Amino acid sequence: MLSIESLKAKIEEKEILKGLNLNINPGEVHAIMGPNGSGKSTLSNILSGKKGYEVNGKVTFEGENLLELETEERAHKGIFLAFQYPLEIPGVNTNTFLKTSINAIKKARGEKELDAIEFLKLIKQKSAELKFDEKILSRQLNVGFSGGEKKKNEILQMSILNPKLSILDETDSGLDIDALRIVSEGVNSLRNKENSFLIITHYQRLLDYIKPDFVHVLKNGQIIKSGDYELAKELEKVGYEDFN
Amino acid sequence: MDNRQKEIDNLKDYKYGFSTDIENTRAPKGLNEDVIKFISNIKKEPQWMLDFRLKAFERFKQLKEPDWQKPKYPKIDYQDLYYYSAPKSMDDKPKSLDELDPKLLETYKKLGIPLQEQARLNGIAVDAVFDSVSVATTFKEELTKQGIIFCSMSEAIQKHSDLVKKYLGTVIPTTDHFFATLNSAVFTDGSFVYIPEGVKCPMELSTYFRINASETGQFERTLIIADKGSYVSYLEGCTAPMRDENQLHAANVELIALDDAEIKYSTVQNWYPGDKDGKGGIYNFVTKRGLCKGKNSKISWTQVETGSAITWKYPSCILKGDNSVGEFYSIAITNNHQKADTGTKMIHLGKNTKSKIISKGISAGNSDMMYRGLVDISSKADNSRNFTQCDSLLMGNKCGAHTIPYIKNKNLKSNIEHEATTSKISDEQLYYCNQRGLNQEEAVSLIVNGFCKEVLQQLPMEFAVEAQKLVGISLEGSVG
Repeated sequence: MLSIESLKAKIEEKEILKGLNLNINPGEVHAIMGPNGSGKSTLSNILSGKKGYEVNGKVTFEGENLLELETEERAHKGIFLAFQYPLEIPGVNTNTFLKTSINAIKKARGEKELDAIEFLKLIKQKSAELKFDEKILSRQLNVGFSGGEKKKNEILQMSILNPKLSILDETDSGLDIDALRIVSEGVNSLRNKENSFLIITHYQRLLDYIKPDFVHVLKNGQIIKSGDYELAKELEKVGYEDFN
Repeated sequence: MDNRQKEIDNLKDYKYGFSTDIENTRAPKGLNEDVIKFISNIKKEPQWMLDFRLKAFERFKQLKEPDWQKPKYPKIDYQDLYYYSAPKSMDDKPKSLDELDPKLLETYKKLGIPLQEQARLNGIAVDAVFDSVSVATTFKEELTKQGIIFCSMSEAIQKHSDLVKKYLGTVIPTTDHFFATLNSAVFTDGSFVYIPEGVKCPMELSTYFRINASETGQFERTLIIADKGSYVSYLEGCTAPMRDENQLHAANVELIALDDAEIKYSTVQNWYPGDKDGKGGIYNFVTKRGLCKGKNSKISWTQVETGSAITWKYPSCILKGDNSVGEFYSIAITNNHQKADTGTKMIHLGKNTKSKIISKGISAGNSDMMYRGLVDISSKADNSRNFTQCDSLLMGNKCGAHTIPYIKNKNLKSNIEHEATTSKISDEQLYYCNQRGLNQEEAVSLIVNGFCKEVLQQLPMEFAVEAQKLVGISLEGSVG
């Protein structure tokens, strides 16, 4: 589904990714762990199409050259990024944003757009599943949301858009145990044979709730080791500094 | 690019940019007593009306063109303009819509106001002003039943002379500033509305203004009177064809609300803004003023200003009656080389008067936007309050936004609150929207509409949707 070959990325002349390789098949959950500044967020930005990077290497998504696509085109193809710091958009109702988003994607795919009633039904069902307070949906997007609410809102969007590849950029940071559980349940409920996940995190904690198929350690812009869930535990014990 | 392609591209940008080929009756070029007499004569006006005009003209000759505004413009040669231009077929006035010149009707259809259909389907009464004359007023019969008068200013001067004589010039006197006084001397047409005591006008009243002929100034005059306990909601829309030269539009709008009456006046102004390099476009120098004459009266201005090369206007409220309320809701958008200097004046004279100002300015491209507003609470206006909120949104780094509030409070029992913010659409916000599947233009439109929401909500339903789209269209191509 997603294949990354010797990916290099620079921003303002600073090299951040230095030849990264990764392959994700449908239905797989991959976790990427690494210290601050190892290039984790850069990787998620490049996959989702953030501008401003000088990128080299090859990235294909379902056989297509991903790097040539606009940000929104990647979203239309089913790539979703749960932001580490979700943006506030004053004056824009959260519901309106969600509806505009899902319909923009449906339109691009040539599917029928949801009308107001269909949308409300979908959102009611999804927020109940995620124990998400519906009142929040009538508030301005992310404005005055607590850290936990922002992250839950990202997971709600993810579950509504039902993406093929979900990238979670440090979604667990700043979450209390309850919120962490809800976020994890959201991810687990979307797991199936087709949907894949790339989970970026500092801590093993999240991986206790979402069992990954693969764990990769990212250091200095490269994946230095890959393994299964056990690798995360080992990492937690040793720490990034001494891990080689 | 060949010319044909250029033309098509231009039309794409400003969809009202066509002009209609119609034979015109024009007054000779220039501004003098004879031209004023010509206008008055062709409109078969009574002597008092001509006197009103000539008095204004005398005054005008002593006035100097103001130059304190921020947007500067090349000197206008007032002798090089036509002050009256009318489609020829109007010489024998049509009695009904069916008798109108089909070309005129076609023009209105292009503008999206098929008068007949609009009349029948929408339940909105429309008065349409083409260059200098009012060509059709729909729904007249239904309104007449309730005693509501909605007609062209020319017709009102003849048929409702007493009302016009009593109120015209009472809010904007002939001794007012340069452009208002010019208008008093040469105004050609406009709309007149009278709502009788206790009547709530059952439909939106609407006027569409259109400048068609070249080298023509449009000077329309609108007068709305809401008698005791009445209510009216009025909407004004404006478009003009694309021309290389700048065209002057200097209208006067007077509103008068008597005891317990309410007037809601909404404007969607989309005059031709000029091309991408700032060539051509309308100079929109308009004087709009409302007088809350009676106690408990209310006047509310809502404006969506997206067009014109230069917009220079301050729709104002004089809160004379005790407990009267004035409101001003504004969205002003400038793109490319457009300039705007706009805001409001709230003059508190009566006791317990309240005013509210919500202004949203959006500037993009190389444009420049100024909010200028006055809140003046007189020494007699006990317990009065004003709340002002001015928000500016910048797009890109070549545009400007300025806020100049003038605040005068001469009453210790009254208070004024002023809030202002300036923000910028960030690349991060756009990226977030893009990641959720919205393209650049959809993202900008969503963010800007969110920014303007408080004002959009004030518009009548039918026009809120149109205005929302207009907001999106006006900013197309401003990022990326």
